Amino acid sequence: MLRKLALSTVAALGLSAGGAFAAGGAGYVEDYSFSFEGPFGTYDQMQLQRGLQVYTEICAACHGLRYVPIRTLGDPGGPELPEDQVRAYADMIEVWDPTLDDGFGDFRPATPVDHFPASSLSNAPDLSLMAKARAGFHGPYGTGLNQLFRGMGGAEYIASLLTGYTGGDKEEAGAFLYENTAYGGYLAMAQPLWGDDVFYEDGTPATIEQQAQDVAAFLMWAAEPKMMARKQTGFVAVIFLGTLTILLYLTNKRLWAPIKARAKTTPAE
Amino acid sequence: MSGIPHDHYEPTTQGEKWLHSRLPIVGLMYDTIMIPTPKNLNWMWIWGIVLTFCLALQIITGIVLVMHYTPHADYAFASVEHIMRNVNGGHMIRYLHQNGASLFFIAVYAHIFRGLYYGSYKAPREITWIIGILIYLAMMATAFMGYVLPWGQMSFWGATVITGLFGAIPFVGDALLVWLQGGPAVDNATLQRFFSLHYLLPFVIAGLVIVHIWAFHTTGNNNPTGVEVRRTSKEEAERDTLPFWPYFVMKDLFALALILTIFFAVVGFMPNYLGHPDNYIEANALATPAHIVPEWYFLPFYAILRAFDGEVWLVIAVNWITFGIVDAKFFGVLAMFGAIVVMALAPWLDTSSVRSGRYRPMFKWWFAVFVVNFFVLMWAGAMPAEGIYPYIALIGSTYWFAYFLVILPLLGVIEKPLPQPSTIEEDFTAQLAAAKAKATGGATVATPAE
Repeated sequence: MLRKLALSTVAALGLSAGGAFAAGGAGYVEDYSFSFEGPFGTYDQMQLQRGLQVYTEICAACHGLRYVPIRTLGDPGGPELPEDQVRAYADMIEVWDPTLDDGFGDFRPATPVDHFPASSLSNAPDLSLMAKARAGFHGPYGTGLNQLFRGMGGAEYIASLLTGYTGGDKEEAGAFLYENTAYGGYLAMAQPLWGDDVFYEDGTPATIEQQAQDVAAFLMWAAEPKMMARKQTGFVAVIFLGTLTILLYLTNKRLWAPIKARAKTTPAE
Repeated sequence: MSGIPHDHYEPTTQGEKWLHSRLPIVGLMYDTIMIPTPKNLNWMWIWGIVLTFCLALQIITGIVLVMHYTPHADYAFASVEHIMRNVNGGHMIRYLHQNGASLFFIAVYAHIFRGLYYGSYKAPREITWIIGILIYLAMMATAFMGYVLPWGQMSFWGATVITGLFGAIPFVGDALLVWLQGGPAVDNATLQRFFSLHYLLPFVIAGLVIVHIWAFHTTGNNNPTGVEVRRTSKEEAERDTLPFWPYFVMKDLFALALILTIFFAVVGFMPNYLGHPDNYIEANALATPAHIVPEWYFLPFYAILRAFDGEVWLVIAVNWITFGIVDAKFFGVLAMFGAIVVMALAPWLDTSSVRSGRYRPMFKWWFAVFVVNFFVLMWAGAMPAEGIYPYIALIGSTYWFAYFLVILPLLGVIEKPLPQPSTIEEDFTAQLAAAKAKATGGATVATPAE
């Protein structure tokens, strides 16, 4: 009985978190296991590079990453592309520069200090922060401390969305909508991944699942590029403060010992 | 109030005497740090230090964040991302500031509940209590306006909902709303005035904190027995107290270090745990989030706000009596602020002559329900206002008001308190004996209820 109650409470709380998604109902999100989950979790550099490839060849056709500077592809704790590859990558991208052509603006090849372009399709949301904006699956409303051990859930949502197409579609007000189990209804984006959409240099088979998880991991990095540095700071702080706590405990105990000893020998009147 | 008798600072060298006769600042610091403190304080008396630390942490991290933040509707969201990605250590400073607000509120709630249980609000500490409530109100205003600054979806819609509350005030509401928002809707003008006030209010809080400390340094600390320190002579006072430095400074620092260990684990490993995912979407006046929820620390009062809808008979009655001036929306706003007002009036509503809940057998249970009720309200505030949740919120809100307006006044009359120790020293010795008996597993000594 109590267990049932607890479960229904969790379900009720989970539903409210589901309602927090900007759009869509309570869809089914698969709890994928990613390398960056938990206090010891780190980004898998090779996975981020594969994810970058999927993003560049598939997602970037419509979506943008306007808050992400291209140079950060070479930063530690990220895809860590070598400097020449970062330059070559930037060179592939055209960015709008309003200072060119006597102030009328013109396109030019990007440099590493430029940001990724914004979405080229007006109704395709920017993906810079999507992995954090679609978190909540492991949030405080979910199942308690899951976020600590299994990540915040945004990457799970993205991977589930990309693999969640059922093939069903419908036409509404002249637009085609596609059924998706993660979205929990119909959404405007057609199924983007079908398997072997990209060719991975490292020989990883490019299944739908693999590509979906790779690009989800990449977008988690795009949303939280300093995660590895942050966890490192966390460890240093916890170890330092933990030691300080023990030392202060011993200091405090020693400081109070004579006071407590005296109180025991001289009872109050 | 003469205060607890104790040694005062005496300048010894020529230089000290020279300074002391012109500005007795060293004496002030000495008397503040050496204040006689009841020696039986338990672990619920550590939150003051935690709160002082939080205020300092928020001001310091906040000042650094302002160096990189742009308070403009077009740039605010991007500038926060700039802090998170490009500023050296910026992600850590921002996460510390963001989670620091939560630690601040955890500490302030623990501090308030401690005061409510041990009767710290009672004479002669009413001013300390009132100043404390003012600090709490200023904290809520600061936290709310700070949450608007990243200019995410929850920032924007939270600001719209909360400023909208003032629009419910009859006659002046609409004008007040425009004045608060700086225009007909939440926009750049709102963001900029909130930024200005978010920077100002922490210093107001700092000033109030000084008055708060001044007030309880005048009356002396309360303690778990609620029995006052003996003041007839210095010798007697010294048997009940110990100087704040080093005994309580060390104790508090130990507790602070332990709390900070947990705090840094949260900041390092799950900094977005208490945040809302929607706030990583830039504010959009055309897309309302499906479910607007305030930060966790506002939830109990948000539940009270929403509990009194147009179907509650009291709301209908008040609406009818006031010829429609007090409608359901305004009633909710009054209830929300009223919940804090009745708490502020606790010193006069509590009629019991006994301070500490430890010696009040009936009060103890009503207080336990009050604490549980606080968490129930917090939970109800996070739920959508449909189905059973408004009823739960209504029961919880009713209990909140009943606790202050009915239970506290009545208990003082009908309750038969337990005997209190005659001195703090007696309690301190008894606690030690009980702890020792417990440690040796020996004879059963009557442990004073905690």
